Amino acid sequence: MRQKILFIVPYALWIVLFVIAPLVLIFYQSFFDISGHFTLGNYADYLTSRVYLKMTLNSVWYAFLITLVTLLISYPTAYVLDRLPNKQFWLLLVILPTWINLLLKTYAFIGLFSRTGSINQFLRFVGLGSHQLLFTDASFMFVAAYIEIPFMVLPIFNSLAEISPSLINASKDLGASQWQTFRKVVLPLSMPGVKAGIQAVFIPSLSLFMITRLIGGNRVITLGTAIEEHFLTTQNWGMGSTIGMILIIAMFIVMFVTGETKQKGGSR
Amino acid sequence: MANNIMEFRHVEKRFDDNVVLKDIDFTIEAGKFYTLLGPSGSGKTTILRLIAGFDQPTSGEIRFAGRRVNNVPANQRQVNTVFQDYALFPHMNVAENVAFGLQIRGVKKAEIERRVQEALKLVQLEGYGERAITAMSGGQRQRVAIARAIINKPQVLLLDEALSALDHKLRVNMQTELRQLQRQLGITFIFVTHDQEEALAMSDQIMIINDGTIQQSGTPVDIYDEPLNHFVADFIGESNIVPGIMKRDYLVSINGQDFECVDAGMRPNERVEVVIRPEDLDITTVENGQLVGTVATQLFRGVDYQITVHDVRGHEWKINSIHKTTVGAQVGISFDPEDIHVMRYNETEADFDARLDSYEEDD
Repeated sequence: MRQKILFIVPYALWIVLFVIAPLVLIFYQSFFDISGHFTLGNYADYLTSRVYLKMTLNSVWYAFLITLVTLLISYPTAYVLDRLPNKQFWLLLVILPTWINLLLKTYAFIGLFSRTGSINQFLRFVGLGSHQLLFTDASFMFVAAYIEIPFMVLPIFNSLAEISPSLINASKDLGASQWQTFRKVVLPLSMPGVKAGIQAVFIPSLSLFMITRLIGGNRVITLGTAIEEHFLTTQNWGMGSTIGMILIIAMFIVMFVTGETKQKGGSR
Repeated sequence: MANNIMEFRHVEKRFDDNVVLKDIDFTIEAGKFYTLLGPSGSGKTTILRLIAGFDQPTSGEIRFAGRRVNNVPANQRQVNTVFQDYALFPHMNVAENVAFGLQIRGVKKAEIERRVQEALKLVQLEGYGERAITAMSGGQRQRVAIARAIINKPQVLLLDEALSALDHKLRVNMQTELRQLQRQLGITFIFVTHDQEEALAMSDQIMIINDGTIQQSGTPVDIYDEPLNHFVADFIGESNIVPGIMKRDYLVSINGQDFECVDAGMRPNERVEVVIRPEDLDITTVENGQLVGTVATQLFRGVDYQITVHDVRGHEWKINSIHKTTVGAQVGISFDPEDIHVMRYNETEADFDARLDSYEEDD
């Protein structure tokens, strides 16, 4: 019994120091105005301001689009990967980019997309002229999706790999075509992976700020950007924390919507 | 014959350079219970996969109801399978699992409902339709898998080691039930197992598979009483297999001692193997025994004693007897000419059948 308690100590400390304490601090911070007085004004501001409302909708909308694009690319990728020989090797290639620093990857895209970058050089070479690629919605979506894809592919791949081949055989044996087997057996059984992927992509996408700035050229302003501005530029920590709280609540909502049903399978 | 539903003609299956099945040739008659019996790795599951359509033969022909089906995909064959791990869909409840095949074929909802109830009743799972698969026990899952397969009214039902995951008592019950179900439905069952007791208990016909070939096929009684070769004799039931010399028809010599037997049709003085089942050997007094030896071990197994006796020539005999003896005692072993079965080396099944016919007609 004593031994068990000893083992728990480091984890408990970790959770208290790095999970609970920051959450409490953000919650506490969100009730103070810029001059250090207790107030509910931050929340009132947030809820009444059209700017913040627009920003929130923007964040949710872009996070939704990024998640959708990532999902549309990742599901077929994971599906094909699962059927390849040496699938672990190909999976490694998909995961490989996550080993490189996020900032470095972003700068690499600036190099590719800029007026003098490789893509415009190629476009000029084939006679299509150069175009403004950087600082557009499209380039922002592209880079965001690129960065998130491994986090979506991995859980979907795992859930597909878990499906027993005998279930696929059983479905065919009972008369189902390839497509019917996919729709009635493979897709429903891979939903836990899809949900995990959505959680892993949607929530971080809500608070993206670096890519919005470097690739999106601050044309896309999300809640992430707003938090960064409040903490680093306007020094209004109270308002930054308030928006942080909003994001945390949004995360709980997403987790609630996409989680839960996992264990219920078959009880309908 | 019009009654033949399925046929394998010189079927061979290779995976790369690995020959899994060599020249498999058999016919399946409609409405019978067949068992493919063999040790693991013998190729019996491959035969099943070829029938179901999960694999294609490398060469040869598979015919179903008179039609070549080598390249017909699994979902277009009138064959359903009960898988070894049941392969029930975990995201559906019991009724949804059973209804799967009918739903795929677009059967009307009311009819599906009716037939699902019917199928569940047949496997004694009435009222379990709404249960989750995870809430079912191993034996119940087995029944769901059977219901899911038979609801489609297949011409042939394949069962892949279907009972091996159940405990002994449940397995024996399921054997009886399966046999009843098969008679009731009139569907051809092809059952794959490595368990010889199961095969003997349930089948009309057994095919013994080893090393990718059919070693022997026949009724359970034929195969038990007249095994073709060492492998079959050893695999089916318990047996004493000893080398011998066939002096002439109806006389075999074991370890230099002559015994009368009921086998014939071999060359004089041909080297043969002799099979005597342990339950055919009786322990008697030394004076009445055809063989004399010392009791080495005795095990009580509930229904009988398993006894080993070392005879004076040093050969070990396995004897199953309901009578007890004492370890270390001098005993006699007696048996009748009919208890001896003589096997030739490297005899094919066709030659074996022909030889049996040749001298049994004389009788």
